[in-house]
Amino acid sequence: MSRAVSLARLLIAALALGSLGLLALFVLAVAKAMPWTAAIAVAVALIAGLMWRLRRPMREAVAVAAAAERLAESDAAETVRTPEIIEIAAGLARARASFREHAEALARRAAVAEGILDALPDPVLLLDRDRRVVRANSAARELLGIGATAGDLAGCLRAPPVLEAARAVLADGKPRDVAWRVDVPIERHFGVLITPVAGVPGTGEPGAGERNAPRAVVRLVDLTAVKRADEMRADFAANASHELKTPLAALIGFIETLRGPARDDPAAQQRFLGLMAAQAERMTRLVNDLLALSSIELVEHAPPTAPVALAPIARNVAQALEIPAKARNMKIVVTAADALPPVPGDAEQLAQLIQNLLDNAIKYGAAGTEVAVRLAVTAAPAGMAGAQAVAVGVTDRGEGIPPEHLPRLTERFYRVDSARSREAGGTGLGLAIVKHIVTRHRGMLKIDSTVGQGSTFTAYLPVAAK
Amino acid sequence: MEHTVKSFDEQLRRLNEIILRMGGLAEAALSSAMQAVNKRDVDLAAEIVKDDAKIDELNRDVDELAVRLLALRQPMANDLREIVAALRISADIERIGDYAANIAKRAIAMAEMRPSRALPGIARMGRLAQRLIKEVLDSYAEKNADKAMVVWARDEEIDDAYNSLFRETLTYMMEDARAITPSTHILFIAKNIERIGDHATNIAETVYFMVKGRPLKESRPKGDLSAFLTQPGAQPAAGEPEPPRE
Repeated sequence: MSRAVSLARLLIAALALGSLGLLALFVLAVAKAMPWTAAIAVAVALIAGLMWRLRRPMREAVAVAAAAERLAESDAAETVRTPEIIEIAAGLARARASFREHAEALARRAAVAEGILDALPDPVLLLDRDRRVVRANSAARELLGIGATAGDLAGCLRAPPVLEAARAVLADGKPRDVAWRVDVPIERHFGVLITPVAGVPGTGEPGAGERNAPRAVVRLVDLTAVKRADEMRADFAANASHELKTPLAALIGFIETLRGPARDDPAAQQRFLGLMAAQAERMTRLVNDLLALSSIELVEHAPPTAPVALAPIARNVAQALEIPAKARNMKIVVTAADALPPVPGDAEQLAQLIQNLLDNAIKYGAAGTEVAVRLAVTAAPAGMAGAQAVAVGVTDRGEGIPPEHLPRLTERFYRVDSARSREAGGTGLGLAIVKHIVTRHRGMLKIDSTVGQGSTFTAYLPVAAK
Repeated sequence: MEHTVKSFDEQLRRLNEIILRMGGLAEAALSSAMQAVNKRDVDLAAEIVKDDAKIDELNRDVDELAVRLLALRQPMANDLREIVAALRISADIERIGDYAANIAKRAIAMAEMRPSRALPGIARMGRLAQRLIKEVLDSYAEKNADKAMVVWARDEEIDDAYNSLFRETLTYMMEDARAITPSTHILFIAKNIERIGDHATNIAETVYFMVKGRPLKESRPKGDLSAFLTQPGAQPAAGEPEPPRE
């Protein structure tokens, strides 16, 4: 406060207080009861006296106003000289401190709530009564690609059943559960649980500040794994039964023929018996493969630890398959790097792995060509633990596999060309077995193929940790 | 941009929300239609045909609201572009819904015949289209012109898939006369999907214009060569005109 202003204020205050006295003097002067000069002198003296008396109270009032203003903006305790004012100032300071504490406590609680929301693994959205998203936890932001708050729910989640359910929950307060299927880019299934938020105060129209209060919680539960497992189980049961039914039907047909029309025909009997033996063999192979797959899956979660040398196993298997290879005029060539480190593994399963791959190569490679088996140490491919791996690659010069089939090759009973596969005696499970063995050994399987040139199947197996 | 009249903001948001809801319905319609084709689900297909009416209704809502906003508010610049964009996108989504319903109708017919060997191919084409629609609607929701451009450039993928499916189906028809009827349905479905892809591209162009304020200069690469095909495996002969690539 500048001195000029405060003087002006003092003057005004003094004039206000002394107005009655001034009026009296004026009347006296006009009535000639007092000379003008005397009246003016008394008036000036009166005003001056009043100004003197009002100086301190005025100063104190100004100081309180200033202190209150300063306290409202900062927390520094203001020292004001007058004792009465100090109490008011101190009271203001205490009030301010208490408000701050409350605000901080509320902020801490809100932060904890946010933290809990963010830590939840399921995507969670909070909706206000207009179906706008007021809060999305980090899982939701990641899944739906949005910021922390977005506009209407339709901005991030367009599925009609979800929008409809959200509208209904906000209207009647009853929780709802809908299924949401995403087809692209990857197929996923979600259960969407929408529950109204309990404990929101106010029965009538909420005030403007409550516009953003959450009224419903949307929780997305990822059911993809469960759905896939169910589908795969159903598919597998259907496929396995189908695979077994066909040779069984043939057997039954042959038996009927042998009991009936061919009863007395020894030549026909011999022929049919041969065919029946082939069908029985086929079923045996299938059942053996199913059992093998089942036993591998049983222990898949427990990786083997005994060190196994791969090169001798590969050579043994190649030798065992020499005869079928020769039948198609094909040659198996095994090339192994010199100092191959041992891998933690199950020798029998690894032999089965190499055998299945070689089997396929001989079946699907072009007659008269070479099948190459290469063992080498490489850098572990991305996604595999450890720095190094032993790569077991089997290359054939067949027709190659079109790229759209590659991701599905290791599926059970999946065939690129079913007629040809059955003719060659395939069960449809060879690669599935390979895949599970590789998984048990915590390795990776890579398939490369060029149509018209051939294919290479490479199993990467982690090297034993030193 | 803040509007001094709050309700204009709300009206624009409502317009936006109706478009997104329409988009969601069209996405669901295409997804269900492809499922009906693959799983021979006649009941699902009938539902899709019925639900197309909802998309048409929302399209009328958009027309009404947009025209009212244009008349009453006389908007400029961004707002004008946004409202015009909504009108065009709504029309494109409505067509997509119609094509999805057509696919569903074909699924009903196909359920009565033996499954065509071209089914995996058409399923893949359907997924491509679904992906384009999802990404273009996301780009509209986020007002992201770059995302829209990505969709715009990818329409060629569907055209390529269509060409390859066309050839494949012709082969099946030539091999076995009994395959002609289901293959013809497949071809119609494929054409519908290809048109859906084109509409998705249109939406992408509109989104780009809405965000950037200027149209996409280059023309879309056109890849549908099937009109020039005489036999499966044939390439357009040397004397024939090159398919137009502006």
